[in-house]
Amino acid sequence: MESVLGRYRNLIVLVGVLFAQVLGLAVQVKRTTDSEPTRLIRIWAVGSVTPLEKALVWVQTSTGNIWHNYFYLRGVRAENRSLKAQIERMSLEQVRMSQDADQARRLQALLAFKEQFISQTMAAQVIGSSGSEQSRSVYIDKGESDGIKSDMAVITADGIVGKVLLVYRSTALVLLINDHSSGVGAILDKTRLQGILRGTPAGEVVLEKVMSDETVPAGELVLTSGGDGVFPKGLLVGRVTKVAPGSEIFLNIRVRPAADLSKLEEVLVVTKIDERQAEPEKTGAARAVDILAERLPGVPAKPEAMPGTVAPGTVAPTTAASTTTDSGAKPKAAPPEAHAGSGAPVTRKTATPSLSSGTASGTSGATSTGNPMKVSPKPMKAAVPPKPKPAVEDSPN
Amino acid sequence: MAITYTSGEQVEVYRFSIPATILIPLTAVFLQAWLPLRFPFFTIFDLPLLVTIGFATARRSPLAGLFTGSLIGILQDALTHQLIGLYGISKTVVGFGASSLGIKLDVENAGARFLLTIFFYVVHKVVYFMIARGLAGSRMAWSWPHEFLSCMANALLGVLVFMLLDRVKQRT
Repeated sequence: MESVLGRYRNLIVLVGVLFAQVLGLAVQVKRTTDSEPTRLIRIWAVGSVTPLEKALVWVQTSTGNIWHNYFYLRGVRAENRSLKAQIERMSLEQVRMSQDADQARRLQALLAFKEQFISQTMAAQVIGSSGSEQSRSVYIDKGESDGIKSDMAVITADGIVGKVLLVYRSTALVLLINDHSSGVGAILDKTRLQGILRGTPAGEVVLEKVMSDETVPAGELVLTSGGDGVFPKGLLVGRVTKVAPGSEIFLNIRVRPAADLSKLEEVLVVTKIDERQAEPEKTGAARAVDILAERLPGVPAKPEAMPGTVAPGTVAPTTAASTTTDSGAKPKAAPPEAHAGSGAPVTRKTATPSLSSGTASGTSGATSTGNPMKVSPKPMKAAVPPKPKPAVEDSPN
Repeated sequence: MAITYTSGEQVEVYRFSIPATILIPLTAVFLQAWLPLRFPFFTIFDLPLLVTIGFATARRSPLAGLFTGSLIGILQDALTHQLIGLYGISKTVVGFGASSLGIKLDVENAGARFLLTIFFYVVHKVVYFMIARGLAGSRMAWSWPHEFLSCMANALLGVLVFMLLDRVKQRT
């Protein structure tokens, strides 16, 4: 017996080690949703590898910073000028978009919509990867001690990256959207078709569960739908690159992620998502008809009235503004860019006061009594010069 | 280039110092996790596998080979989000096989090492694939062109890694 054991000792040990590992696998498969029996092993492994990764990334970043911030400053002036010009362009764009956003918010408030928005993020450095093609994930240098929790969304300025899967004391493992076990609720930008974004074993990203009788053009943007409870709605995911009939009743839609998942350096972890019901401005709820009226084209300018007089059928915005202020609202001041803006936004702004005034004219009594429902919520628009009636603009009141 | 059959008395058995035994596998796992961030193509390599084969063939002890493979594999598993044991089992088999084969074959020349790496790369992949699909229920795809490319790349890198290991191994 002893000689048999001695003769097959190596084989017996091999079988024993393999059996122990298979048993361990079986336990993990069974408990995969409840607890994590292998956490200690993972902590040891991560603890032995990530400090070195952190140190290397720190050295690399520091060296890069010294070079870029102190020595290699060629073209900085030109870049500065270009960025200033960009800021000016974006300021104009912001004015235009803020009006659209205000309007959307008021409409959402009317319909009692709840909106999600990212209220807090934390920048993190990518320090390592899993090193396996079967596990597309990266390690970041922020962990439990920094307030990171599992299932937090991870994004870049370009698009979504993945979600936090495992959290350790000072690091965290982020599962990328191109891993075969990941899933993200997604929606197509124009066609508004919803699906599930999944990674493939080859590391590609596909949009699943879109019926084959739908038409999806290549190049369409893919956004998060918010249905997965991880990513807030409306974040950029990527662009459709190829659409083909799938094996079943669904389309096979390939998506190219907007964020370059193979060259991640810095990411943002979304640490707080707020959900709140959209509120109109402090003036209170506006009527749908007023909001829709703002979309209508402007009324042509009337002949100039005498200064100090109010044209019949109009209400001076200053009066309205004072009424608004009385009811506790802050009139919004027009930013300087609004005056220096290009034609399009200014035309829209100028169209509004006359219409708002016109709308309010029929209910001027209500306005004067301070009913916020009848007050034009946009005192800013009255301040924009081009077309409005002089009586409105120059009213000393 | 020739793989010669040798008797147990003819082959030389090597050992590695304790620091080398600990640091080399750790460095391999570290580089495997770190280099793909800078060079995305590096994911086709499996440095821990090459170190496992290198250690096993040099030591020519099946027990040492299977334990080395097992530990390196589990360490590699722990860095992924997958179940622990997938790389562990496949590298245990490779460690045992490589050291058993090392007793019988002369694997001191580059050609033999190249072929040996190809063989054990395939064994590793097949075992991993079977366990991942069969036991863990993973959605893993097999792509022949990709595996062929990866196999050749690993075999070439393996020759270099074995040359580096030759410098730290000690004759018993």
